[in-house]
Amino acid sequence: MTDSNPEPRGQLQAAPESFIPADLVSAISAKGINAERRGLIKGAFASALATMAGVTTAAGGDPNIVTLPEWSTTLGKSVATHPYGQPSRYESNIIRRQSPGLTQTDQASVAFTPLQSLFGMMTPSGLHFERHHQGWVDIDPRRHRFMINGLVKTPTVFTLEDILRLPSVSRMHFLECGANTALEWGNSAVPTVQYTHGMLSGSEWTGVPLSLLLERVGIDLSKAKVILAEGADGSSMTRTINIANALDDCLVAYGQNGEMLRPEQGYPLRLVVPGVQGVSWVKWLRRIEVGDAPYATKDESSHYVDLMPDGLQRQYTAIQEAKSVITSPSGGQRLKNSGYYCITGLAWSGRGSVKKVEVSVDGGRNWREAQIQGPVLQKMTTRFTLDWVWRGEPALLQSRVTDSTGYVQPQRAALLEVRGARSIYHNNAIQTWRVNRAGEVDNVQLG
Amino acid sequence: MYNWAKALLVSLLIYSSLVQASPYPDAWQDIGRPATADELEAWDIDVRPDFTGLPEGAGSVAQGEGLWLDKCASCHGDFGDSNEVFSPIVLGNITPEDIASGRVAALTDSAVVRTTLMKVATLSTIWDYINRAMPWNAPKSLQTDEVYALTAYLLNLGYIVDDDFVLSNDNIHAVQAMMPNRYGMTTDHGLWSAAGRPDVVGSSCISDCNADTTITSFLPDYAMNAHGNLRDQMRDYGPYPGIQTAPEANVISAPVSTSTAPDALLLANGCSGCHQQAGPLLGPSFDDIMAKYQNQDATDYLRTKIKNGGSGVWGTMAMPPMPHVGEEALLAISQWLVAGR
Repeated sequence: MTDSNPEPRGQLQAAPESFIPADLVSAISAKGINAERRGLIKGAFASALATMAGVTTAAGGDPNIVTLPEWSTTLGKSVATHPYGQPSRYESNIIRRQSPGLTQTDQASVAFTPLQSLFGMMTPSGLHFERHHQGWVDIDPRRHRFMINGLVKTPTVFTLEDILRLPSVSRMHFLECGANTALEWGNSAVPTVQYTHGMLSGSEWTGVPLSLLLERVGIDLSKAKVILAEGADGSSMTRTINIANALDDCLVAYGQNGEMLRPEQGYPLRLVVPGVQGVSWVKWLRRIEVGDAPYATKDESSHYVDLMPDGLQRQYTAIQEAKSVITSPSGGQRLKNSGYYCITGLAWSGRGSVKKVEVSVDGGRNWREAQIQGPVLQKMTTRFTLDWVWRGEPALLQSRVTDSTGYVQPQRAALLEVRGARSIYHNNAIQTWRVNRAGEVDNVQLG
Repeated sequence: MYNWAKALLVSLLIYSSLVQASPYPDAWQDIGRPATADELEAWDIDVRPDFTGLPEGAGSVAQGEGLWLDKCASCHGDFGDSNEVFSPIVLGNITPEDIASGRVAALTDSAVVRTTLMKVATLSTIWDYINRAMPWNAPKSLQTDEVYALTAYLLNLGYIVDDDFVLSNDNIHAVQAMMPNRYGMTTDHGLWSAAGRPDVVGSSCISDCNADTTITSFLPDYAMNAHGNLRDQMRDYGPYPGIQTAPEANVISAPVSTSTAPDALLLANGCSGCHQQAGPLLGPSFDDIMAKYQNQDATDYLRTKIKNGGSGVWGTMAMPPMPHVGEEALLAISQWLVAGR
């Protein structure tokens, strides 16, 4: 789609963030912010922008160019100053965060990934969301044991050394909590994509195919219908997993993004169950039992059951259906001025791969196909982008994924019609971000 | 429910291609060793809905009540009704009709808080979970008979068994037949396997679609800062800076304090779940605690209080014992509280 009008120029000047007059600062300090004072701040930005443009011209060039900065004129730091590297100190806003009041304890809680500030399809291990049920533990790998029992010829114990010696594979898969976007069933509840969709990550996982381990211990395929995965932490969390998944693409993983798993992600062993909700990716994995019937554990009876309007609870819901979200621009962000923007976001499907992503800027009336960035992998986050020119008018941004099975991500109203607003889990509705005339973006829901 | 035979075939094909590519197809088959009977007994603790795996034992409602008050009530409330540390286990809302029918009617009522006993269909779930994960800060410390007793007490709180009931491996099947929501689960959905059929599929309309663009929900101004200042949650340069949602005052004037809050300790030890600096959360604010104990010889008192928990000082809401907090952290937190601001 081409615009017939000439394209407005994008912003080229530095941001005039520090130009709020002192009297306005003290008024806000004393009385808080309101619409009037917010308007004054915007005015201050606008005039500062004009001033800055003038200064730049008058000085004959950008002072960051014509006066050499200190990093160009001094000796840099030594190698291995940080033996384990760290992000720039200028990136300190990009961290995991909790949603205040969401949980009553910090051990059975969630810290969300800052999707709004990440690029590409991979999630840095240190920003991978955390969801624990009874706190996280840091297990001594020399003392960790992994057992397979149940419907097998020989119940078997593996040390970590055993696991590391076995044939391994590395595969990229998304990991999404079944409760991702759970806060948004009833109404817009949280301000940014970190809180609406931040229980999502994409990583490369390395480990032993579970099918190989099950073959090793002599699984009884004539009787096996499920496996039970169990953690070694205090909660010893357990989940029932379909034997089809177990024999297909599950991994007993120790590696994540090229290094060992982080403790918060189950060091030294976790189960990887591609396409299935995060709770089944049991961390600190100590045992797998092969069984002939589901186990109805706490996290598939009291929690992670999807309540339907008729009072029945859907049990053993597992697959994460296709979903997408725009990560920029997104809730809580501000477009500085009109002009070119590259809308970008993530799409993924637990049933296969991403086939197509469409983006609407008018609340779902009209859609344009987004550019898919490769590689497009099975059950993996996929990055999309779409060129957009914002002319300063209000907009309603949405994205919609179609997966390799032909499934199309539903609008929220369609999902509510069938499932009601109380099912907590598996909310894969289309997300709407509203852009107002000031360029401020917020989280809204449509009729 | 699923087609595992097909998946197995595919996986065996992958597997055989893997091993055929290797000159040592079975060389790894000797890695690992058989589990011993003692090892299996130590770890194979799961109890299934048909009570496979349930050890022999028994416990009474009365024994359960004593254990409950001792080990569970500080988080769950004396009657399992507390919503302060965890969601309630029992809150009423279960009727004799529910127990007769096996479906909890109140689950259709959006005004009713969903409790464990309303939701859970299988008694094995409760027994297994208490046994593997409770108490919260000392999992797996209960004896088998204690797990029976605590399960009996919870059933009694839900009016499922009488006050003089003794739950055992002999009668647990009969109690399962009285679970109020025993017929409340369905597996008739498409989310068990990748081949499952979706219940809701979106529209693929491209242009002039019939979309209702009425805004039905958004965050009101006062809620925009409920997650903290959004300006500080975005990259602070580049095309998408965060919106300033906090009054500038919070950003400009640093709090006047005589000692720095040990934020990392408060977070790591789980204090921040119930306490914050200003204003009550579930427990009193640190400001209030400081005001009460400032410059008193209260360091030892606070250390003990944090470690053992208690109630009655700031109201009826109990603070759970925090035995996991190390001595150094106890001292640092207590000293900081006494130093005040």
